Amino acid sequence: MADQSANKGSGGIAKIAFFAVLAVVLVSGLIFAPEHAGLAIHPMDQFELTPLFGGEHVGTFTVTNQTLWMGLAIVGIILLLVVGTSGGKEVPTRSQSVAELAYGFVYKMVEDVAGKDAVKYFPGIMTLFMFIVFANFLGLIPMSFTPTSHIAVTAVLAMIVFVFVTVLGFVKNGAGFLGLFWVSSAPLPLRPILAVIELISYFVRPVSHSIRLAGNVMAGHAVIKVFAGFAAALGLFGFFPILAISAVYALEVLVAFIQAYVFTILTCVYLKDALHPSH
Amino acid sequence: MEGNIAQMGQFIGAGLAAIGSGAAAIGVGHVAGNFLAGALRNPSAAAAQTATLFIGIAFAEALGIFSFLVALLLMFAV
Repeated sequence: MADQSANKGSGGIAKIAFFAVLAVVLVSGLIFAPEHAGLAIHPMDQFELTPLFGGEHVGTFTVTNQTLWMGLAIVGIILLLVVGTSGGKEVPTRSQSVAELAYGFVYKMVEDVAGKDAVKYFPGIMTLFMFIVFANFLGLIPMSFTPTSHIAVTAVLAMIVFVFVTVLGFVKNGAGFLGLFWVSSAPLPLRPILAVIELISYFVRPVSHSIRLAGNVMAGHAVIKVFAGFAAALGLFGFFPILAISAVYALEVLVAFIQAYVFTILTCVYLKDALHPSH
Repeated sequence: MEGNIAQMGQFIGAGLAAIGSGAAAIGVGHVAGNFLAGALRNPSAAAAQTATLFIGIAFAEALGIFSFLVALLLMFAV
């Protein structure tokens, strides 16, 4: 009985807090709504590169917000995987169990998808996964910057995978790697045609690999910005776009993880193709 | 209203390219729906196939992303 009333009490407080936040949002929307806001939305402005130390020109070695957030992602990984697991207790602490969870997750993925003999390349794949996950999640902090929203970044990641996998395929199998394009299960007259298609699909891999990640992240962030523009323009009724933003944000948290997962699992698939090219 | 027909064509083309994203959505839904149908028939085998599910979704989505790329190119690069 006492428990119930306590629950009711906390529920009441939560309700009051919810409506207080709602009222603040509505009133501030009313006060700060621009007179002639219109629908001047610039959803792509958030992806602009700005040099950190003055100047306008962005050259090859200019330190921009891109560099900063990529560095922060690295720092986050080091904090989780090196500092978080220091001590190595029998009963893991919170950060240690998160790190172990991530390690086990990627390890199992490599073993299941790419095969037992691909475990040698696990460190590289783990690095790839952690970097993309941290870059995506840090990019979800409001006012931050997402390195993975730029095709330039994801294209480099995808090209590393592509070049590595191709070289590995030729080193491991020699000319046998070309068997990847020769579908021996198909009827003989069809094989040259299939070989052309397979060849095209092989070279499209890095393109789709990189654009999938950058496109998903960029589109999600742009959608949030578009809804934010609606909220700013609608004033009092901006509450509804804000609800939509919350929903889209929740979806983006999911997408941030799933895209990192998909990028990594496709890397494993390509690795498997390089190690066992027979069709 | 400066008779900028080229820009109009750009926007129309970008909008048409967005149809491809909808088609990719159908494809992804097809993959996920069939996976669920199969998983409900044999739930014990479902867990081992989640990786296949995501690979299938990724391949179905890739073609939608190409049309998204075409829309982006039309909007910002042409």
